[in-house]
Amino acid sequence: MKKILYTLLIFSFISVGFAQQTPAKKQTEAITIEGATAHLGNGKIIENSLIMFENGKLTFVGSANMRIARKGTVINAKDKHIYPGFIAPAKSLGLVEVNAVRASDDQDEIGEMIPHIRSIIAYNAESKVVESMRPNGVLLAQVTPKGGRISGTSSIVQFDAWNWEDAIVKEDDGIHMHWPNYFRQGRRRAGEEPGYRPNEKYSEELDKISVFFENALAYSKATAKELNPAFKAMNGVFEGSQKFYIYANGEKEIIDAITIAKEGGAKKIVLVGGYQAYKITNFLKENDIPVLINFTHTLPEFEDDDYNLPYKNPKLLVDAGLIVGLQNASVSNFQTRNLPFYAGQIVGQGLDKEVALQLITGNNAKILGIDSDYGTLEVGKSATLFISKGDALDMRTNLLSKAYIDGRDISLETHQTKLWKRYMNKYEGTK
Amino acid sequence: MKTRILVLTLFWCSSFLFAQDYFPQNDGVKSKNNNYTAFTNAKIYVTPTQIIENGTLLIQNGKVIQVGKSVTLPKNTVKIDATGKSIYPSFIDIYSDFGVEKPKRATSRGRSSEYKPTREGFYWNDHIMPETNAISDYKFDTKKAKELREAGFGIVNTHLQDGIARGTGVLVALNSEGTDANRVLDDKSAQYFSFDRSVTKNQSYPTSLMGTTALLRQMYSDMNWYAKGNIDTKDRSLEALIANKNLTQIIEAKDKAKDILADKIGDAYGIQYTILAGGDEYENIAEIKATNAKYIIPLNFPKAYDVSNPYQAGYVSLEDMRHWNLAPSNPKVLTDNGVQYAITLYDSKSTKTFKENLLKAISYGLPKTKALEALTTVPAQILGKSTEIGSLQSGSYANFLIASGDIFDKKTTLYENWVQGQKSVINDINLKDIRGDYNLTVDNTTYELNITGDLSKPKATVKLDTTKLTSKIKYSNDWLDLSFSTKNDDLYRMTGLVSKTSDNLEGRLILPTGKETFFKAIKTTSFSEKEKDKKENKSIKLMPIHYPNIGYGYTTKPTQETILFKNATVWTGEDAGVLKNTDVLIKNGKITKIGTNLNAGNAKLVDATGKHVTAGIIDEHSHIALLSVNESGQNSSAEVTMEDAVNSEDMNIYRNLAGGVTTSQLLHGSANPIGGRSAIIKLKWGESADKMIYNNSPKFIKFALGENVKQSNWGSYSRFPQTRMGVEQVYMNYFQRGKEYDALKKSGKPYRYDEEMEVIAEILNGERFISCHSYVQSEINMLMKVADKFDFKINTFTHILEGYKVADKMAKHGVGGSTFSDWWAYKYEVNDAIPYNAAIMHSQGVTVAINSDDREMSRRLNQEAGKIVKYGDVSEEEAWKMVTINPAKLLHLDDRTGSIKIGKDADVVLWSGHPLSVYARAEKTIIDGAVYFDIEKDQQQRNLIQEERNMLINMMLKEKESGKPTQKPTKKHNEEFHCDTL
Repeated sequence: MKKILYTLLIFSFISVGFAQQTPAKKQTEAITIEGATAHLGNGKIIENSLIMFENGKLTFVGSANMRIARKGTVINAKDKHIYPGFIAPAKSLGLVEVNAVRASDDQDEIGEMIPHIRSIIAYNAESKVVESMRPNGVLLAQVTPKGGRISGTSSIVQFDAWNWEDAIVKEDDGIHMHWPNYFRQGRRRAGEEPGYRPNEKYSEELDKISVFFENALAYSKATAKELNPAFKAMNGVFEGSQKFYIYANGEKEIIDAITIAKEGGAKKIVLVGGYQAYKITNFLKENDIPVLINFTHTLPEFEDDDYNLPYKNPKLLVDAGLIVGLQNASVSNFQTRNLPFYAGQIVGQGLDKEVALQLITGNNAKILGIDSDYGTLEVGKSATLFISKGDALDMRTNLLSKAYIDGRDISLETHQTKLWKRYMNKYEGTK
Repeated sequence: MKTRILVLTLFWCSSFLFAQDYFPQNDGVKSKNNNYTAFTNAKIYVTPTQIIENGTLLIQNGKVIQVGKSVTLPKNTVKIDATGKSIYPSFIDIYSDFGVEKPKRATSRGRSSEYKPTREGFYWNDHIMPETNAISDYKFDTKKAKELREAGFGIVNTHLQDGIARGTGVLVALNSEGTDANRVLDDKSAQYFSFDRSVTKNQSYPTSLMGTTALLRQMYSDMNWYAKGNIDTKDRSLEALIANKNLTQIIEAKDKAKDILADKIGDAYGIQYTILAGGDEYENIAEIKATNAKYIIPLNFPKAYDVSNPYQAGYVSLEDMRHWNLAPSNPKVLTDNGVQYAITLYDSKSTKTFKENLLKAISYGLPKTKALEALTTVPAQILGKSTEIGSLQSGSYANFLIASGDIFDKKTTLYENWVQGQKSVINDINLKDIRGDYNLTVDNTTYELNITGDLSKPKATVKLDTTKLTSKIKYSNDWLDLSFSTKNDDLYRMTGLVSKTSDNLEGRLILPTGKETFFKAIKTTSFSEKEKDKKENKSIKLMPIHYPNIGYGYTTKPTQETILFKNATVWTGEDAGVLKNTDVLIKNGKITKIGTNLNAGNAKLVDATGKHVTAGIIDEHSHIALLSVNESGQNSSAEVTMEDAVNSEDMNIYRNLAGGVTTSQLLHGSANPIGGRSAIIKLKWGESADKMIYNNSPKFIKFALGENVKQSNWGSYSRFPQTRMGVEQVYMNYFQRGKEYDALKKSGKPYRYDEEMEVIAEILNGERFISCHSYVQSEINMLMKVADKFDFKINTFTHILEGYKVADKMAKHGVGGSTFSDWWAYKYEVNDAIPYNAAIMHSQGVTVAINSDDREMSRRLNQEAGKIVKYGDVSEEEAWKMVTINPAKLLHLDDRTGSIKIGKDADVVLWSGHPLSVYARAEKTIIDGAVYFDIEKDQQQRNLIQEERNMLINMMLKEKESGKPTQKPTKKHNEEFHCDTL
């Protein structure tokens, strides 16, 4: 109670409004953070660290024992922790505001094979949901269209921008495809039992995919007289300039998906989902496929599965030597602020804490192709990081005091923190 | 006394037509046939247990006159020698839709639901149709009758299989030669009920199992009220119920949980239903037996799954595989436990599969005597017709089977099925067995002839030396037609009457030239059937029953243990706070000691060094372990109770245990302002629903506000209320009516019992508590004001996402808040939902709980409590209370559970580390002193599941190899329930 009173005193002078947070100004002055435990996002850790950044780039990452001049504003972060900004792949953040309000939903265009649909132009940089990611350390995301067979093209954004253009980290980074299911649910309307049964159209659906690949590839070989936007949009996948994200969960579906996409000419394939990927890690390794594994806070798919299979699934892939990132593509966007806790859950299953962190930082950056700038705390990379009071993978101690995107000192306030303060003020004022 | 068509004396006319005595006859002169027929020297099953060897059955006018060892035959007796044959009473199918047209599905009318009944002068709910009499719809189906007679049935008891109350049925003899004047034995043979809505009606209510159950209860109350003359208007439905209440009452339950539920409904109104079972009763036989009901058992054994593709095999659950393995043992298990049952054709794909499954059940240990009883005397007895059908006692209908031997032997031939003294030939009884090897002499050449196959449909091969020739054979009415062609395409055709006395065959032969002469075949060897199914009789391996009988079920139910946790960090949830290096002793299901250096005695010692011991987690808002969640057919459904829809076999129970949950309030959904009553359960995995539900449970009901009750998000525009303004008026209206109802009740004057109003009155009287689904501040405030007006308190606001905006008002009202940690943005009304909600409400003195409303989140509520430390700086101890003692307080269970305190229920969890941390795992979850989850045992279970799956997969592969039919692999859809699941 005392703590709260204290907090209130601090906050009572801050005016409360309802507008979104104003994007921070460009970094003009160097910033030095000293004394924290730095979690680099590449599996390494520096106790009593010294981190410096200028003009949005990290200029020093090392030990505070180094006798080196501290530049600019010095922040004493003793007993605190520094992390690279967390990266959320395969989300429709900024494309939908309130799930149940159709007018606020821009995540799923009609059509089955629509790689030419681009998410970035619909991205709402002022979304209240996006804003709510930041106080938990989630600072970047792959904004991804949903639905259909090929849903469209994603782009990677950072979460502190005036508009979508400013938000871009990597435009049109990849194309997303949802693999058909080998089993399908019974259709009640057709008088079927609601359970799952073999999908009798599975091979037909696979054939459609192959035909699409063949045509798109043929189209890319010649200069077309008449534009086919869908075929054209696949060019980057064939060239390898865009990644091809395939969503598949069953063992068979994964094997089919990787095989057909490779045969079809996709150069850089990423598996998204991978519920049963642990059964075929050798296959994935041989084919050099990184996996964006399902987040941990889900239920087992099959009744007889281990109760903790979703919890330990990422660890099984890491242990097998695959490159593994973590995504929560299948749930509502607001949940993405729990990304660090999905990673923390794996630690409870015996995965090293720093490796778990890697799944939402260094590895996600690598898989999304933004690792030259983001994902780890290394000199020369973007100063996209935050300071937490404690262990950021555990909900009790994930408490941010500062966060920076490209060196810009961003606000950690949100619509939600404002309401919190507004009402605490009200109650304290009436007592 | 039951009304019944007078069955007149039957006349067995020489023309085989029946005519009534007093009917004029213009197609001839009246002539009676009062001759007797006697079957002699047969093995006669008078009843399944009264068997006469070399007996005589004497019948006349369609009835049995006498049966016995020595029967004096009147002179006008036609004698039929049945030496070596067995005579059985014909079978009875007690659960049939014979002759009644299948109800046609109503076309749905538009998107909005229909709330009003379509009928006038009947019960208010269209699905209650006890006034239906199948006789008015019934038409004798000659084709089906023949098919049934061929399967051994002589009697069917049929009804219109549609609706919750279905009216009366008809008892019919399958006598195709008779007329409805004699073959309809009873036109109101029984009264029928089910848990299924009428497919012909669109009225919305009931949409759920709880609603159906409540509707049945209310229907019976109203019947009694109507019977006392309290209702001015005409209700033909209730009148029919009253008129038919002394008939046999049959209810279609179709699985073991509903069997028990049905019996419970019956018990409340003094009705003992006969229950149509589902075939899974073996899984919970003790409680099935305890119903003391008679059952009707379908033989719907599942086919083996085709598991030849391992990817597809992965979709089949151990639960489904086990059912395949064990279902054929259901009749045996029922028999062993002394449950009385009839066997029905219902749910069998054909009479052929029925017979196969019957023989299968016998090979799984069903005694043949019991099988026969289940097809004859038991159904007769259930229908109160033992003196007329089901046996061959004198006076019974002459409904009997003549067979070559044991009727339940695969090799036995069924010759004749006599119904009401009318013979139906199934296989010619006098047909001579011509199978065997012959020397066939044709045109001076001797061929080798082998006749094999069915007695009545034999196959022939004709060989010259070793060369097989093309041949054809036909055998009917004692005449044999045989033809074959030689290599030169010379066709020889033969026909001849088979001699009764000689084993040789002879007759007319037409030579290829067209010349007529004779043939002769001399029998050299008699036919002997090969022992085909020797292999099948190999011992059948049955999997042990688990509790529940799905993966991770236990072979023995957990029992109370004495356990001492040594050296733990103990989160008491009481003033004592968090105690380090402390021991906790649990004994006889209670927490008995908390201290240091406690003596273990003979307790099981658990070293908890470095580990944490807490009370079990309590989820105030859960929808796991339910068969149904919303009764959305009306804007108030206070009459329903989730206790009627508890699913004790939901895997999520186990998964919740693995997350440290011990108690869950299973709430009704949020489809209506006044929802249904809760079931509060302890997650006693393996126990039945009744044993999971708290003894002397606090009484709760779910209310709901906001978008769901307005039906904002699913395009429904016809149900009141459509606005928050309307919601208030629903409450005002119901509480006012509840008040008036209660006043009338308390006045001692007669009143119509109304389950819904009873519940509303309980709320007004402070005996039942409201947990109200709520979002925005306006409606929260409104409901508190409504309660104030009626002078009671709202107990809990659940979800309560804008509770922080009115936390002061809530504290003043004395209502608790049970909320999500951090959910928002999924609906318009959660725009202002903030994760600081719990902290703010807590700061204003509201008792706060963190709930799940989600079967995934519920298994890590400890982490959700951890988030409250993050959002709003609540202390760890207080945050922990939000998932233990605080929900216990909100549920009025804090005197029994929710904290580590001496004397409380031993609902205890051992954690691997700090319980609020994302890194902690529940290692043991204990309820009432019994260990329901143990992380080590879980590992063993995993291995056992793999082993058993493998064993069953191999058994199914063998089944496929042996040519038996299989089914495609399937995976059950385990529906995820939330508040707004319809």
